[in-house]
Amino acid sequence: MAVVSITNVNKVFGSGNRPQTVALKDINLEIQPREFISLIGPSGCGKSTLLRTIGDLIPPSSGEVLVNGKPAHAARLNREYGMVFQSPVLFEWRTVLGNVELPLEIMRVPKPERTQRAREMLRLVELHGFERHYPWQLSGGMQQRVAIARALSFRPQLLLMDEPFGALDEITRERMNAELLRIWQETQTTVVFVTHSIPEAVFLSTRVVVMSARPGRITDIIEIDLGYPRTVETREMPRFFELVTQVREALRKGEDMRER
Amino acid sequence: MERIGERLRNSTPPASVFIIFIVVWEVLVRALNIPRFLLPPPTAILNAFFDTSTVIFESAFYTLRSALIGFAVGCGAGIMVAFATARWVTIREGVMPLAIAVNSVPIIAFAPLMNSWFGSTNPLSKVAIVALITFFPTMINTVRGLTLVEPAKIELLHSYATSQLEVLLKARIPNALPYMFNAFKVCSTLSLIGAIVSEYFGGPRQSLGVYILQEAQLFRFTNAWAAIAIAALQGMGFYLIILLIERRLIPWHVSLER
Repeated sequence: MAVVSITNVNKVFGSGNRPQTVALKDINLEIQPREFISLIGPSGCGKSTLLRTIGDLIPPSSGEVLVNGKPAHAARLNREYGMVFQSPVLFEWRTVLGNVELPLEIMRVPKPERTQRAREMLRLVELHGFERHYPWQLSGGMQQRVAIARALSFRPQLLLMDEPFGALDEITRERMNAELLRIWQETQTTVVFVTHSIPEAVFLSTRVVVMSARPGRITDIIEIDLGYPRTVETREMPRFFELVTQVREALRKGEDMRER
Repeated sequence: MERIGERLRNSTPPASVFIIFIVVWEVLVRALNIPRFLLPPPTAILNAFFDTSTVIFESAFYTLRSALIGFAVGCGAGIMVAFATARWVTIREGVMPLAIAVNSVPIIAFAPLMNSWFGSTNPLSKVAIVALITFFPTMINTVRGLTLVEPAKIELLHSYATSQLEVLLKARIPNALPYMFNAFKVCSTLSLIGAIVSEYFGGPRQSLGVYILQEAQLFRFTNAWAAIAIAALQGMGFYLIILLIERRLIPWHVSLER
């Protein structure tokens, strides 16, 4: 069964006599278990909106979004996905450990178990020893790792990530990419990842979904046949460059279609 | 030990400035032969304080009591109304602009009216003024703290299907605490100003406002200065206590400000 199944989804913002924006037009997409899907496209192509319709944070105007076979709304109430935003969105009044425990607290996991699970997750993102620190004592990359630990703490099968490394410098970003792949393989989750970096999308994904703006729609889906594990060397393979070029051309083609 | 040393080092500059200020005051008043009714030297004020300490303490206690009760009532009501308005958007949209407008009204101007409502020797007339003065800043700040939560935090909690009550407990209230303490700090000084100034318009003999007014009218200026010094100490003490509670209760915020 597909983890995410999107059928004929449209999203129109604005109503009445105000100008309407077609944020999503005729979106169809199936995501299988253990896939790593990147949504890539220029700003305004609706990639974040699409991610939020999967998470039931924005309702589609028409069409159907199923998560694990259920309507997205039911999946959200059932806490079936973890969310990571562009900014870490950490709670300043909570320690690192307290931040990772937050979703478990809301889900009424007993205290000893949630502390143990939060510690486990902090080990997974290599932040053990920082449990008692406050968010402002950590670097941007470390804060984002706390956010990932928090999203994974309740072991969701689906991870939704909205440009999580967009605010990081290039070197930190590449290291976080490798980290994320390791975590993805250890936790066996399905990931939907929004980005506007072509190399990042190619390096991480099993498939790259290319989107185009006005109206926001899917113009191409590119299989990334690089195999795992992927390392620093992967970024220097000729096939990596070919795929980067392929995605870049797909993006440009999407833009050209609009001009015409 | 190191911490105590650090505190000493941090408090040395302001303490020295204060001592220099007092010494310069003393020396200048004596050297320039400034008449006592214009500005008495600190030593004279200190003497006056020892001579009249019983009356001053009694008056200071009365005034402080009005200020504290008014503060508790005003801030308490402000917080309660803030929670109600933060919960129901329609109430907030109706009440907030009005509250901000009323907040700019000089409430102390109502003091003579309160005296005729409750009677000038009835402590209620002072408590009412203090409560009114502290209500609006507390309410406005608390509403801001409860509503100005980073939208992504709300979205994140929403993604865990968090109940409204838990959004309040886990995000809105912790977010509001620094705003509330800012209001309390402002209100601690406002409450003493409110109590003393409303006593200027009439009050029992044993109150700081009436005492200061009366001593000034009788040309016993050093006594008036001694009472003002006590009022100043009360104001600083009240402020410091709130500062200490803030540090204990929201240490994460205090560290952020540094």
